[in-house]
Amino acid sequence: MAGATNASGAVEAASYKTVFASLEDFSKGGVELINDDPRHYAFSNMYEVASISKPWEQVAVGKNMQYVLEVVRAEGQSGWRTASHDQFAVSLDGEVEIEFFTHGAPVDESVEGSVALAADPDGQRMGRVVLNFGHQALLPANSAYRMTASRPSVVMIQTIAGADTKFRWAEICQTV
Amino acid sequence: MSIEAGTPTSSTEPNAEGYRGFTLGQFSFRRDEYFAYISWPTGSHIMSVDAFLRAMQRDIAWDFFYGIVNFDGVFGTMNHYGTVDLFAGRYNDSYRKAELDYSENIDTPIIREQFKAILEDWTNQTFDPFASPHETGPAFGVKNGSNVDAITRRRVAATRMVNLPGDEELRNDENGHPLNRMFLDVPQDEPLVEAEPGFEGQLAGFNLFNYLARSQVTWNPSVVSVCKDSLFCPTTEEYILPIIHGNDRVEWFIQLSDEISWEVEDRDTGTMRSRVVMKAGDVCAMPADIRHQGYSPKRSMLLVWENGDPNLADLIASGQAPTYPADF
Ligand SMILES: [Fe+2]
Repeated sequence: MAGATNASGAVEAASYKTVFASLEDFSKGGVELINDDPRHYAFSNMYEVASISKPWEQVAVGKNMQYVLEVVRAEGQSGWRTASHDQFAVSLDGEVEIEFFTHGAPVDESVEGSVALAADPDGQRMGRVVLNFGHQALLPANSAYRMTASRPSVVMIQTIAGADTKFRWAEICQTV
Repeated sequence: MSIEAGTPTSSTEPNAEGYRGFTLGQFSFRRDEYFAYISWPTGSHIMSVDAFLRAMQRDIAWDFFYGIVNFDGVFGTMNHYGTVDLFAGRYNDSYRKAELDYSENIDTPIIREQFKAILEDWTNQTFDPFASPHETGPAFGVKNGSNVDAITRRRVAATRMVNLPGDEELRNDENGHPLNRMFLDVPQDEPLVEAEPGFEGQLAGFNLFNYLARSQVTWNPSVVSVCKDSLFCPTTEEYILPIIHGNDRVEWFIQLSDEISWEVEDRDTGTMRSRVVMKAGDVCAMPADIRHQGYSPKRSMLLVWENGDPNLADLIASGQAPTYPADF
């Protein structure tokens, strides 16, 4: 349907639909090779990765030296984790509650990535953040955090490779 | 061939069309109604002035970005973070084989100021080089006013995360960021943030998709969150990336909405290596030895993820770090 005439003199559509994806409904593009190796692109789809992951596995879908982008299938309740540095979580599908506590077992600055706490945090409750689709939260350095999702959801995490990070490139990436 | 720091610059009186000419070292620049003309000691080049200004705008806004900003297959800049190579034919196989390529290494403040002077003089009041073609009038014609507000938009870069106290603020109607016409259907709710007494300001969140839906500009990555040197630099894309970006490190694309097609070429010669089609949820690395240009048929959300480590370009150039992200 034709809409308004814009600044350039062209006629635009009357409305536009933004195409997002979800765990239930995603389609994947890909690399069309002319003269290259597909592995150089490590091409994957975050919803597909979440669809084949166990709850709370932190699967690397991106890596740049020590830095990673992890995808997590959020389902039920995670264990408590902490990190010596800031991390960030983005909900790509579903509602995810993140609870935050202080705790008395800080991770040494030299240790990067998230680290599981051996026991429930012994400090003060800092509060909570509830993410819905497209929302991003700070996971502040040295806080203890735990995530809860009542239905299978997808979270993307900006962090550094650590003990929790799972590397499965051959399983998740286009190879031919 | 290279000329050391202290590169001379100059400008001329306006020509018959009303535009000043400029020199930067031994490069000279002039425009008329339709075209930008670039010349250097071993050759000359012509570009549509609207493509030239869109590219120039990105190069300035990104402060020469990471690696190479090719205005097209011939002319561009390579960032050395403190100095910039201004080149012609340097990353073009034919120019290289004919030994007609030329470059000058210029102190960043000098090239930055002269680029700004060219952009300001050559941008008419009808043209916004950051806008999609649907959102702006023409770049063409004789000199017709200026558009300083459009070309000097503040560079957005969170130091920790958008919406933390003292950091970049949210975008809304009141601060001049209405929803873009192509993102009217993007949810605008914000996350629930409940901090206990004493922890106010330590917890934070924001609706990244709403934030992007309110971007005024296209093809302009800006930092929303920072984990040491890991930078989330999302951007909204519509029509064609106005430059061909040559990497000096691995760069990652995470497609958040809609679809972009990328043409990927060898960084140094320009020969085709692949086409990449990215749909919502797709993640793809762009190797450190390629250059790429994206095509977005509808305004889309793209998360560009960068590693800003200042040593990384040298590690890769010297072969101490690989040009691709992982071995498998
Ligand atoms: Fe790029």
